[in-house]
Amino acid sequence: MIETAFTPYQSLGGGALIGLAAVLLMASIGRIMGATGILAGLFQPANAADWSWRAAVLAGMMSGPVAVMLITGEMPAVQVPVSQTMLVIGGVIVGIGVTFGAGCTSGHGVCGMARLSPRSIIATLTFMLTTATTVYVIRHVIGA
Amino acid sequence: MRMIVLYLIGLVFGVGISISGMANPAKVLNFFDIAGTWDPSLAFVMGGALVVTFIGYHYILNRPAPFFSASFQLPTRRDLDLPLIGGSAVFGIGWGIAGFCPGGALPALGTGRLDVFIFIAALLAGIFVAKALQAVLVKRASAQA
Repeated sequence: MIETAFTPYQSLGGGALIGLAAVLLMASIGRIMGATGILAGLFQPANAADWSWRAAVLAGMMSGPVAVMLITGEMPAVQVPVSQTMLVIGGVIVGIGVTFGAGCTSGHGVCGMARLSPRSIIATLTFMLTTATTVYVIRHVIGA
Repeated sequence: MRMIVLYLIGLVFGVGISISGMANPAKVLNFFDIAGTWDPSLAFVMGGALVVTFIGYHYILNRPAPFFSASFQLPTRRDLDLPLIGGSAVFGIGWGIAGFCPGGALPALGTGRLDVFIFIAALLAGIFVAKALQAVLVKRASAQA
């Protein structure tokens, strides 16, 4: 386990930027800023324009860490406290879950909750609960 | 022009994720580890994002249409069904195992770390399996109807 510093100001500021991006995407093309939906749609686009907006937004997302490095001189920290096997298992499970659940932290947790969508509120409460339970079981019951 | 604007919107999201700590699995998992190495930072990410989105959506969605598109494309369903709740529960289990969620991991790809590519490859595999399974379920349901 890795201890991480409490960063209320960076996290609040970063969160505000996530919200700003969600508002701007709605204002520009009327779409929900959901990472799952944007990514999955890239592989079965309705048409060329549908593919290109997704590709442009995803390219922008992936440029985020380099932009942060250019401003602060440091790449944002990515500390992975789990094995690569766990990343594969977790990744497949996340992929299945977000597809059936039709959204993840950004789509349900931010955009849907901000619209007071009952589906998104229930989805968010559900995954926050199962994530916390999983972390508790792995760290304190199994003791990995 | 439209593509540049969309790229910049993605960039704002990617910078926000990077600064907030959502791209860092150690920080994400510590948020959920109240009984251990708890780091409450991510509550501030959620709070900041929700307040801005709630206020911004209020103004934007009162407009007749978005700037570059004919209409807003909003989910309209309000019913709670098993795929929504079951899928979300499953997503949380995976998030708790790996520490990455899709919105955190996609910007993290930009750090060039192998770990992130491994997670995204597995995520895509999971999405494709689930899409195939959904197609089978839809076909079976329509055959019965």
